[in-house]
Amino acid sequence: MKKHRIRGIGLEFKKNKFSYLFLLPATIYTLIFSYFTIPYMVIAFEDFKYNTGIHSQWVGLKNFSFFFSSTKAWEVTRNTLVLNISYLVVDTVIALVIAILVNEIRKRKFAKLTQSAMLFPHFLSWVIIAYVLYAFLSSEYGLLNKMLTGVGMEAVNWYNNASYWPVILVIMHALKTAGYNSIVYLAAITGIDSGIYEAAVIDGASTWKRIWYVTLPLLMPTVCILTLMSIGRIFYGDFAMYYAIVKDNGILLKTTDVIDTYVFRMLRTTGNPSMAMAIGVYQSVMGFLMVFGANWFTKKFFPEGALF
Amino acid sequence: MNAARLGKKRGEQLSQVLMGLILILFAFCCLFPMYLVLINSFATEASILKNGYQLIPEQFSLEAYKSIFYAGSPTLKSYGITILITVVGTAIAVVITYMCGFSLANENLKYRNGFSLFFFITTVFNSGLVPWYLICRVLHLYNNIWALIIPSLIFTPFNMFLTRNFIKGVPSSLMDSARIDGAGELTIAFRIYFPICSPVIATITLFYALGYWNNWFNAIMLLDSSELYPLQMILFKIQSDLSMLKDLTNVGLSNTVPTESFKMASAIVTIGPIVLLYPFLQRYFTEGLIIGAVKG
Repeated sequence: MKKHRIRGIGLEFKKNKFSYLFLLPATIYTLIFSYFTIPYMVIAFEDFKYNTGIHSQWVGLKNFSFFFSSTKAWEVTRNTLVLNISYLVVDTVIALVIAILVNEIRKRKFAKLTQSAMLFPHFLSWVIIAYVLYAFLSSEYGLLNKMLTGVGMEAVNWYNNASYWPVILVIMHALKTAGYNSIVYLAAITGIDSGIYEAAVIDGASTWKRIWYVTLPLLMPTVCILTLMSIGRIFYGDFAMYYAIVKDNGILLKTTDVIDTYVFRMLRTTGNPSMAMAIGVYQSVMGFLMVFGANWFTKKFFPEGALF
Repeated sequence: MNAARLGKKRGEQLSQVLMGLILILFAFCCLFPMYLVLINSFATEASILKNGYQLIPEQFSLEAYKSIFYAGSPTLKSYGITILITVVGTAIAVVITYMCGFSLANENLKYRNGFSLFFFITTVFNSGLVPWYLICRVLHLYNNIWALIIPSLIFTPFNMFLTRNFIKGVPSSLMDSARIDGAGELTIAFRIYFPICSPVIATITLFYALGYWNNWFNAIMLLDSSELYPLQMILFKIQSDLSMLKDLTNVGLSNTVPTESFKMASAIVTIGPIVLLYPFLQRYFTEGLIIGAVKG
């Protein structure tokens, strides 16, 4: 019976050998860079040295207890969650507003043009965005301080005060992603049955009423699904964003150091792979729980949106 | 009755204007910062030192660009590196992705769902930065050009699923008739299906190329010296590391290094190609996303 099955598999591979050959490069790549990385997670329980590699000395939970007894554990977790939740709320609202407005505008050329403008920042790297920010906020040369002093207010040393930065980061995130996010919502709006709108117009609904009572409620499933997907990733930060904008500016780390940047510095600056891995394991476990939680929730309330 | 209808029409017009204004405001917020960077890249250093970054600088000059582009300039070299990794990387990535997507769209393939799951899982769970870094070092993807091409960038399951979904939409009778006409598998994949898939190929080419062009993560993780730095990494270093700036600007030509305008000019040089290709980029980008959203 078992032999038969193995022969069946062999036959299948033989019959479609070209197709399986085509899968080979992507499969090997994914195996190496995704699946073969998993055993390395064990170094979270070791005192990793480059010459002994994965078989370094076993230290048990030492790395974890060190991390969780430091104040950093709470700080980076709090920053990650606060920033991600803020992005989620602000980005979603702005993207929805843009999508609805672009859909309602009757001058199509104008709508397309503004849409192109809003998509532009998506194509720029965070390094470039950091330059843009610098042109505004630089304490000596920045436009914003010149404007503040111009109207008789005091110049602000932006790069020296951590409390401004959550707001600044949320604004930058929204600017960079709003145009992109609105495309998805716009696609969802296009999918709404136009008969509903015609009926609303015949019943005398104004533009705003149409938006409030037709478009928004019909967009809610999409909003919920996208939100739940983001919640699955709420323990992950965009390393490139933080590192490009904040860099190693110690003063700002209090509000901007997230799990990803902390792991990076542990690995590349402090040079402690085991410690970095322990924090990474914590992040993966939390991420895993969030994905399952979000998926369970989706399955319960929007079965068609569930991931698995 | 007429008056009521007129009032309503006027209300509609008013809301159109209002909505237009809000959109203009958003668009302005997205473009204005870029304008500020662009205009100040043409400012003289003296003007920036005196007045800061202005909406319209006092004096214009090309000195910043001159200090970027001179024979043997490190920025020019890193331009070359960036173009090289973008072209080579994107070409390989598109072929690998297309081959994979093409196979997984084939309904005769018994284990296609198993393979799809195999690729999908990696988008939901990953073991993080440290194992990735250690694997790269084990494979000697460290301190060489392949470190900038292979890890993370050369295959993305998202692009593969985009391709697969597109190919799934092509009627399978095409495959059958090609077989009857005696076409080999390679001919079917690359001579018959590849051209048909040009919309999705354009989209993934764009995604990959943009990924390479904007990437500096691989450089910061996997390079120890600045010889192979791509543009974005140079740009990052200029801002965080003043000594780097001095190495890059051509101090020999003049005594004053135009550091502030140099920074802005470097940013402009880096996004130049993106701006030039923007109309094309944007079209395929939006189309591609909608292909993914509708069929995904």
